[in-house]
Amino acid sequence: MRIFDPHIHMTSRTTDDYEAMYAAGVRAVTEPAFWLGQPRGSAASFYDYFDSLVGWERFRAERFGIRHHCTIALNPKEANDPRCADVLDVLPRYLAKDGVVAVGEVGFDSMTDAEEKAFVRQLELAGEHDLPVLVHTPHRDKVEGTRRSLELVAASGLAPERVLIDHLNEVTVDLVADSGCWLGFSIYPDTKMDEHRMVRILADYGLDRMIVNSAADWGRSDPLKTAKTGKAMREAGFSEDDVDRVLWRNPVAFYGQSGRLLLDPIDDAAVDQTATFAGNSVLRGQRPA
Amino acid sequence: MTDLLDNEGCARLNELIDEVTSTPARIAVLFPAVARSVGRGPTDPADPDGLVTSRVEDQARVALLRAAAQGLGRADLAREVAALYRHGDADEKRAVLRALDHLDLGDDALDLLGDALRGNDIRLIAAALGPYAVRRLDVHSWRHGVLKCLFTGVPLTAVSGIAERGDAELARMVDGFAAERRTAGRDVPADATWLLELLSTYEED
Ligand SMILES: [Zn+2]
Repeated sequence: MRIFDPHIHMTSRTTDDYEAMYAAGVRAVTEPAFWLGQPRGSAASFYDYFDSLVGWERFRAERFGIRHHCTIALNPKEANDPRCADVLDVLPRYLAKDGVVAVGEVGFDSMTDAEEKAFVRQLELAGEHDLPVLVHTPHRDKVEGTRRSLELVAASGLAPERVLIDHLNEVTVDLVADSGCWLGFSIYPDTKMDEHRMVRILADYGLDRMIVNSAADWGRSDPLKTAKTGKAMREAGFSEDDVDRVLWRNPVAFYGQSGRLLLDPIDDAAVDQTATFAGNSVLRGQRPA
Repeated sequence: MTDLLDNEGCARLNELIDEVTSTPARIAVLFPAVARSVGRGPTDPADPDGLVTSRVEDQARVALLRAAAQGLGRADLAREVAALYRHGDADEKRAVLRALDHLDLGDDALDLLGDALRGNDIRLIAAALGPYAVRRLDVHSWRHGVLKCLFTGVPLTAVSGIAERGDAELARMVDGFAAERRTAGRDVPADATWLLELLSTYEED
């Protein structure tokens, strides 16, 4: 099983996670820019975070045989914080970089005017930089947030196949299935969405435009949920090719629209265990003499 | 450099230079994207990280900055150079450092050298010790930069102006470094020996 986890926040995960993911078949990931669980106090805090997404984290992932991409955006929650407003003006510098495969996560958190303004502006930026868009749907008032997100996407003039609407469930799947956008499902170790419900959705809706991710971050989450969904698909009678389509070919097709995927395989022998990034090695004690 | 690019890359670079010449602000997004659109890779296969020689994308980025400089006043140019460095990944930072000697910035870019020399990224340390540093960096910081090269393994062929700027104080520092290595039973890097030889005339002053 080869897996592309299209939504995972590796900055919050350990090297044990990288090893377990590789063992489970994960060979590529996309890490969307999001919030850190606590508010950032300034725009500059975002820039350091973006720098780590295009630099240190990519380097760290490669040491474990995993290709790392990212999406860049001002997230909906912090779009409400005036201290972070300058980020929107600086985003173009990051959206131009190699390995940045979409604008995201954009969308709604509490459905405020500030969120909508940042969302609309970032949809424009996606058009200007020829990038797909990753849309986060809110945990509260999800149906209304999803509906409004689809309206804004339609009004933006972006082609629906350039947009992935994420964190869907049984209640929101119909809205998005009819829109032409890609459908993202985050599989959690709690009641939000699990792999068996996911398999039922795949059985009901087919595999077209279907994307499955772990959305693992700093909260209670499981970076192996993609692999576990693949296993549940096989147990439910889906073929190996079906699993490959959902867990690899679909995310590659979606993010591939950026023209910026870095998918040449990492040769195990070529992974230099003593390589350093800006002088820092992941593997302490094994630095070159 | 154009002989290192294929025809398509060459034509693309000329388009980008024209675009930046007419609208200098476009460099903010064209500079990071340049390797993707023009080409990338070492100009010397023996120097894959571009420590001693510029990589293809470095040369393309320097060309873009020189084009932008024609349309920007000194203060605006300094602001843009600082922003490209601040928001750049290591490849972009390296190209900014390599461009400094071609831009009329006076001392305005010394902060960037300070940043590069504080870190441990050998690509940036190497690029920071070019001709701009020879002319502008205070001698104390410059000597420490050279010593850091010996510590981190940056080849001294990457450092500009050693013969002109090296002095007895640098010789003393390198001598101390070599003595410490010998005390610890470790090899003295060939570059350190070479530098001590070169500077021996100053020591005798
Ligand atoms: Zn997320």
